[in-house]
Amino acid sequence: MATELYVDPVLSLADIGRLKAGDQVLITGELLTARDAACGRLARALAAGEPLPVDLRGRIVYAVGPTPAKPGQVIGSAGPTTAARLRPYLKALLSAGMAGLMGKGDWPPEAAGVFQRHQGVYFVALGGAGALLAKAVTAVEVVAYDDLGPEAIHRLRVERFPAIVAIDAEGNDLHRRAREEWRKRLGGMEARRAEPDAGTPG
Amino acid sequence: MPRQLHVDAIRQAVAELLVEANYCIGDDVLDALRQAAEEEQSPLGRDILAQLVANYELARQERVPACQDTGLTIVFLAIGQDVHLVGGDLRQAVDAGVREGSKTGFLRNSVVGDPLLRRNTGDNGPAVLHIDIIPGDRVHVTVACKGFGSENKSRLAMLTPADGIEGVKRFVVETVERAGAQACPPVIVGVGIGGSFELAARLSKQAVIRPITQRHPRPDIRALEEELLEEINRLGIGPQGLGGIKTALAVNIEVYPTHIAGLPVAVNIGCHSNRHRDMWL
Repeated sequence: MATELYVDPVLSLADIGRLKAGDQVLITGELLTARDAACGRLARALAAGEPLPVDLRGRIVYAVGPTPAKPGQVIGSAGPTTAARLRPYLKALLSAGMAGLMGKGDWPPEAAGVFQRHQGVYFVALGGAGALLAKAVTAVEVVAYDDLGPEAIHRLRVERFPAIVAIDAEGNDLHRRAREEWRKRLGGMEARRAEPDAGTPG
Repeated sequence: MPRQLHVDAIRQAVAELLVEANYCIGDDVLDALRQAAEEEQSPLGRDILAQLVANYELARQERVPACQDTGLTIVFLAIGQDVHLVGGDLRQAVDAGVREGSKTGFLRNSVVGDPLLRRNTGDNGPAVLHIDIIPGDRVHVTVACKGFGSENKSRLAMLTPADGIEGVKRFVVETVERAGAQACPPVIVGVGIGGSFELAARLSKQAVIRPITQRHPRPDIRALEEELLEEINRLGIGPQGLGGIKTALAVNIEVYPTHIAGLPVAVNIGCHSNRHRDMWL
């Protein structure tokens, strides 16, 4: 039931329009990696009007900091990190042309609108399955911010990397939908967040 | 006569336990995930749980880290009062063990040397070290690798006596509700009730690394653990936050006497990759 998605190296506009929250995909092609430290640097460079060390236009950015490869491995364990921590940088990265972001977990409610406004897609990969997901990576190379170690920007070649569309370009939010449906079904406590969990509006 | 123990033995133990914990998830968690994969009502949730089981089996078999977040290393040492540690500085030995295990085990460098300046230490040191003195002439070493996707979602509240048990329940469930999909559910919920501000937090850490098959010996606390687990699993968060009945695998509670004016409650969230190992020296 998963469909193939080719990113070579950009996510096409046709695919962006086709992908719907809840779709399971197998990604083949090229991803860039960036997590907290790298996204912070990219956002600061953009704010300062400086050129970026990588072209984000049309690309899928995978929020991951892999473990070092053991002898014989292409890459160490390489599962997703929590995407919502990147909330302060989201608008800047999407404005710079990033077409997709892949991580784990949900976002504060207003984030879906940010993806929608920029026609971006949020994918989730399986959190905690770093050993399994590493099997879908066929090549890896550091392309920027080498000094950040595991947080450097890597270029990954992936083959049938499993992911789920969690926020589509129409702003549909799979986490919110699934959770509300199941909470109602199970009669659980309603969300009573006193304050938003992370990030800034925009 | 005190028994002499060389700190090198502690260094070695920390290094070995750190690697084992990262490669081999405990049977308690793996069995619970297998059972959850059968019981989950959401088809997507069942699929996710089956993949998690496959991931842990693969990591064990190929001897690789199960998760790329190999964590901040938390070390608990319970040192017998009849032990005389010789051969060097204990803290240095523990940190050397963390660095050694991280290198030989190909673990990720996940530690910054200063919380504000944020430069990676490049070797995963230092550990967070908790020391207890216990009767006897042996040393118990526990190593936990704490991923921060879940650690970030932990919370502490200084409730009042009037808040009572209902206040505790509300705070625990609300903390898991707020953690939502980000803490890698199904989670393990460690709860520390009582003591002081810092002890409640420490109790919650000890609770989260208690085997999840082990219920609290006090019947009322055990009942509270079971009730909270049921309530949490009605939140609908489900595996990876994509809906379902398996939001948590267990709620583990530890309690301690407290002040007449207070009711501290700490909730330490553990992801499903709840890694810890221990041994006696």
